[in-house]
Amino acid sequence: MTATTDLDVREGVDRETVETVQNMGSYKYGWDTEIEMEYAPKGVNEDIVRLISEKNGEPQWMTDWRLEAYRRWVTMTEPRWALLNYPKIDYQDQYYYARPKSMEVKPKSLDEVDPKLLATYDKLGIPLREQMILAGVEGAEAAPAEGRKVAVDAVFDSVSVGTTFKDELAKAGVIFCSISEAIREHPELVKKYLGSVVPQSDNYFATLNSAVFSDGSFVYIPPGVRCPMELSTYFRINAENTGQFERTLIIADKGSYVSYLEGCTAPKRDTTQLHAAVVELVILEDAEIKYSTVQNWFPGDEDGKGGIYNFVTKRADCRGDRAKVMWTQVETGSAITWKYPSCILRGNESQGEFYSIAIANNWQQADTGTKMIHLGKNTRSRIVSKGISAGQAQNTYRGLVTMHPRATNSRNYTQCDSLLIGDKCGAHTVPYIEVKNTSSRVEHEATTSKVDDDQLFYCRSRGMDEEEAVALVVNGFCREVLQALPMEFAMEAQSLVAISLEGSVG
Amino acid sequence: MLKINNLHVKLEEEDKQILKGLSLEVPAGQVHAIMGPNGSGKSTLSYVLSGRDGYEVTEGEAHLDGESLLDMEPEERAAAGLFLAFQYPVEIPGVGNMTFLRTAVNAQRKARGETELSSGEFLKEVRAKAAELQISPDMLKRPVNVGFSGGEKKRNEILQMAMLAPRMCIMDETDSGLDVDAMRLVSEGVNALRSPDRSFLVITHYQRLLNHIQPDVVHIMSNGRIVKSGGPELALEVEENGYGDLLAEAG
Ligand SMILES: Nc1ncnc2c1ncn2[C@@H]1O[C@H](COP(=O)(O)OP(=O)(O)OP(=O)(O)O)[C@@H](O)[C@H]1O
Ligand SMILES: [Mg+2]
Repeated sequence: MTATTDLDVREGVDRETVETVQNMGSYKYGWDTEIEMEYAPKGVNEDIVRLISEKNGEPQWMTDWRLEAYRRWVTMTEPRWALLNYPKIDYQDQYYYARPKSMEVKPKSLDEVDPKLLATYDKLGIPLREQMILAGVEGAEAAPAEGRKVAVDAVFDSVSVGTTFKDELAKAGVIFCSISEAIREHPELVKKYLGSVVPQSDNYFATLNSAVFSDGSFVYIPPGVRCPMELSTYFRINAENTGQFERTLIIADKGSYVSYLEGCTAPKRDTTQLHAAVVELVILEDAEIKYSTVQNWFPGDEDGKGGIYNFVTKRADCRGDRAKVMWTQVETGSAITWKYPSCILRGNESQGEFYSIAIANNWQQADTGTKMIHLGKNTRSRIVSKGISAGQAQNTYRGLVTMHPRATNSRNYTQCDSLLIGDKCGAHTVPYIEVKNTSSRVEHEATTSKVDDDQLFYCRSRGMDEEEAVALVVNGFCREVLQALPMEFAMEAQSLVAISLEGSVG
Repeated sequence: MLKINNLHVKLEEEDKQILKGLSLEVPAGQVHAIMGPNGSGKSTLSYVLSGRDGYEVTEGEAHLDGESLLDMEPEERAAAGLFLAFQYPVEIPGVGNMTFLRTAVNAQRKARGETELSSGEFLKEVRAKAAELQISPDMLKRPVNVGFSGGEKKRNEILQMAMLAPRMCIMDETDSGLDVDAMRLVSEGVNALRSPDRSFLVITHYQRLLNHIQPDVVHIMSNGRIVKSGGPELALEVEENGYGDLLAEAG
């Protein structure tokens, strides 16, 4: 996906690692980087919270904000309403802070970043050098490979390694940096918006995140600005027994536009790891945010050992009239996924869209969906969810659509399709619909089907093997969502669909 | 090229025998036609040869150039050069026709140890072949067979055949549903593919197709067996008199 880089990595080493990766089987991001890390002691308590705050060089108000969250968290209990079955999580048996030793003194430029770190991102295909991304989308055969700029913030375990194209973005007035930097450099914006969409007290995982989040990305697009390039953050969990708690805050000021991509990978380990992120989007009048995720955390092995527990709170607040948000997610990884990117349609005529592909194979469990909260008049929302289950996996779509009394003349359309591969997996659809006015309309369509034998035979009779055939048919099933992705991610997502279904047939 | 010997096939799920000792040989470079009443087992034969699930071969064998077909996976048979133009082509929602074709072409090339076609090479070839069959660029972009008319589906099968360049082409009622002009296009497509090392097995109900694609041999199939074989004149006889006399004569 990326053009060749000018990274100073010794060639021999890299090739060897790449081969190891290829020999590891279906999860191709399962290798780890041997890197000297600095950890906070295991477990979480007020001292740990203070330590994280101190490591990030935060002002007192931020430390206090975290402590307040922590004190609330200890009074809360973990929610268990999702269709997810997992052993009790021991919150004291993990590390809450891990950073590469080389990051102790923040490198001033990429040349100062540990080559091992750079090599990690290179191997993941993530451009840390400022460069063009080459992309071509399947189906659009005529489109020539075309260079497009994508700015990247790379988060490695608990810290941001670097952000590219900062200067060019700054010229447009766009702020794109790590959240820890934003807390130091743009306190007025952070103070105003942090926790304003997902309050500290929102839910168990969000509250924990508020106390211990270590890094993440921050974006501010000034009024009337169309962000000159795609922004993206790549999260990499590397350290063992370490939770990742990132926090993302994006503010699209009046009449602005930004498209933001998020990618996630983690090494193969046989112990589970916790990931509890919070993403807050603030969209003011006439502004628009497109937020795309390709989540490919390690899903655990064929026997259900290991994998990431992914408890994520993502919410967009369309605060102004005609504000627009579009969530697109491709969720192929994680042992457990608990995630409901939501839209608060507060402004009149605001719009929320949710496009989702959730694939659960082997022993993966996904409970994911969205919430569309219609508060403003003439608001619109659209939900397209494609759930694919294979192996012994369980896949649940859970969606809430509410039309408040004030949200007159509003519309929601929900299309929720489930595809089953094999007969040991399950698909569940749990829609909650509340309409509190008479002029609004909610439409819900749901289908569940098995992957069609005639389609598979047709493909195979043309020479594709069974896995290729399944991947092709499933990609077709997901097409509507894949098309909603920015071109840079569509190809990657397509091959990810194929990879994550490996071993699901035959 | 294709050699079928005493093939007995029953349905896997129920105790129903469909092919009852069918034998047939199509030498390289020849075109053979199969005609026969509805339900005589023609499509079943084509499915069994291409490896569809749901059938059990209880006796007999089938070879493609000496290789036993029945032990192979469907994709292996395809890579070995077998192609079936379906009587009822399957719709695959969301998968672009072009993507489908390219995946198929490259899968076969890979299986044969050849390098994959670049998208430029592929595009050039597919556009030229589609134009010959009067398949519009729009149809190449649309999902495989979804919303295609009956005749469009059949032409699309022939496009796939032309792109995959198989050695043994089985066509199951490709002429059904084609208008006169489409019939000519398809026949021209097929005739262009005729060569000394390529054979055709053409299943049809109508003599008309055989006016365009001259068969070397015509077989009459009934109740799971070939009951009579002859020259092109056999097709004319069926067209004029139906199957009654032929079948009575065969016992
Ligand atoms: N899966 C099945 N289940 C039940 N019966 C089947 C199945 N497949 C085939 N048959 C039966 O086997 C017989 C042969 O069917 P086949 O489709 O091969 O006939 P055909 O010669 O191609 O007919 P047509 O000229 O109408 O296309 C028919 O009686 C059909 O009903
Ligand atoms: Mg038939």
